[in-house]
Amino acid sequence: MKNWKLSAGAALIASLVATSAMAAGMTVGFSQIGSESGWRAAETSVTKQEAEKRGVDLKFADAQQKQENQIKAIRSFIAQGVDAILLAPVVATGWDQVLQEAKEAEIPVVLLDRQIDAPDSLYLTAVTSDQVHEGKVAGDWLVKEVGDKECNVVELQGTTGSSPAINRKKGFEEALAGHDNIKITRSQTGDFTRTKGKEVMESFIKAEGGGKNICALYAHNDDMAVGAIQAIKEAGLKPGTDIKVVSIDAVPDIFQAMANGEANATVELTPNMAGPAFDALEKFKADGTEPKKWIQTESKLYTQSDDPMKVYEEKKGLGY
Amino acid sequence: MSARLVDALKRLAPQLIALAVILALNAAVSRGFFDIQFQNGRLYGSLIDVLNRGAPVAILSIGMTLVIATRGIDLSVGAVMAICGAVGASLIAGGYSLPATLAATIGIGLICGLWNGALVALLDIQPIIATLILMVAGRGIAQLVTEGVILTFNDASFIFIGSGAALGLPMPVLIWVALGIVVALLVRSTALGLLIEAVGVNRRASSLAGVDSRSLLLAVYATSGLCAAVAGIIAAADIKGADANNAGLWLELDAILAVVIGGTSLLGGRFSIIGSLIGAMIIQSVNTGILLSGFPPEFNLIIKAAIIVVILVVQSPASRSLWTFVRPERRREPRQVERVAR
Repeated sequence: MKNWKLSAGAALIASLVATSAMAAGMTVGFSQIGSESGWRAAETSVTKQEAEKRGVDLKFADAQQKQENQIKAIRSFIAQGVDAILLAPVVATGWDQVLQEAKEAEIPVVLLDRQIDAPDSLYLTAVTSDQVHEGKVAGDWLVKEVGDKECNVVELQGTTGSSPAINRKKGFEEALAGHDNIKITRSQTGDFTRTKGKEVMESFIKAEGGGKNICALYAHNDDMAVGAIQAIKEAGLKPGTDIKVVSIDAVPDIFQAMANGEANATVELTPNMAGPAFDALEKFKADGTEPKKWIQTESKLYTQSDDPMKVYEEKKGLGY
Repeated sequence: MSARLVDALKRLAPQLIALAVILALNAAVSRGFFDIQFQNGRLYGSLIDVLNRGAPVAILSIGMTLVIATRGIDLSVGAVMAICGAVGASLIAGGYSLPATLAATIGIGLICGLWNGALVALLDIQPIIATLILMVAGRGIAQLVTEGVILTFNDASFIFIGSGAALGLPMPVLIWVALGIVVALLVRSTALGLLIEAVGVNRRASSLAGVDSRSLLLAVYATSGLCAAVAGIIAAADIKGADANNAGLWLELDAILAVVIGGTSLLGGRFSIIGSLIGAMIIQSVNTGILLSGFPPEFNLIIKAAIIVVILVVQSPASRSLWTFVRPERRREPRQVERVAR
């Protein structure tokens, strides 16, 4: 409430004040998957911050990676008569029944971060990133960075068969299409972990003439990149200079690496999925404006010139 | 002494041959596999990577060998790795000295092992269930310690354990080799190994014969916990951070596999620590070979499984008798058959 008064007092544009006022007093239930990764912890804390900023009363339920807990949470939100429900679905299927119940109770449901296999009439909208686009942003950066020079890229994929691994690979390859000077020479899975990222990078370096034939590394997440950076250093090469490093997610540690000149760029998977969701809900509650069925979050590119230390300090407290 | 060495080599021949074949395959798919240079004060090359990356599984397999020799199994080692990595990282990040951190971390590993041992030895719970408890709970405990984040630290002396080098070799290699030698000497130059085997063959009979099987089981599970603690420290120091979700994930299975490839029977009563260590190196050679080969990652698990099936089939008792069957002339000379088959 205090924040709201402050921002109102700061003479923000009138429309913003109007929507803030509208949101204030809204009760929203949030069914979160659990705390499987640092990113999800950050999503939880940003959602709480966003709710507080708007004066939304947020009811938080941690499902501990179980769908039945999420279904129970949604049913209890319906029973409590909340104004809206945010759902970060743990799996894609099996939601039809409970979403139907929410619909009958006229409670709009917004999906966060993941899509589901259900008729889209059952939810108001889904706020997610476009993983193919993330890969493309990373690829576009590399294309611009190397220009016409020959460049052999090694790729650290996410867990084989997972959708971020498939989509981030696809987007990156799309960006490289038509630039024959840039080639992906090696591609292997690092399971999204630091340990495997380091181990696989060690083998890439051995297999590519001690790293002399590698011009850039593309990692599907920052954790693998952080591991790979250590492998590059231990091989006596300079990460960020001898081998350029571009990755996705924008977790705090990669900003530290960028500040040290050891990583070059990262594409943000924003933990702020709730902000756009609240915006859509406010509009919907105010005058019944139906949002599009898919709200794409921004995939922002950060490079060494974006004051990485400052971003690191900002992100550090979010629970990554 | 030399007769004993020849004997040991004969016993380990299947494992050594398997390792040699895998290394030869690696050299075939990746040129320069055997190249070793001296760089940054340590030996550097794919072969060194195999020794270095295989360290966690090798260390786990030392403790696992003893546990399996008593006819038990320890499924919790991966989770204990995660707990110990988390504890070590949080202590060192909290400003404690290296000796204090290491002592506390290894102490935690011992406590985890004693917990397993108590369930098995005192409450007579079956080992697979007893250790399953900590396997499930351990990762949760580790997450409580790290509060769900990757806990990073910058203490140079702690990091040295994971990525430093001494005598030209990476620290993890020195640690697993030293630990293997110490434990192997301890159990083989004393009667300890024999007593462990006795408990594995028949616990009640060995108790009646005067073996203190309870203390022995407690000690064996505690050793496994200690090994897991050392592996956890190395894994955390290697990436300068404790990753409670992924540290040691599924490594208990790799450790069991290493023990089995090494010729130790899951039925207990017969074990070889050196065999298990060679088994761990076989597994890591396969892993490293796959990474170097450049095959698409979709094939990783299939290739690994295929190679392991071949190794286990070749080692199986049935294929040994088949071997004597297809070479009938050897059957007439049983002593020679024995030598060839083993």
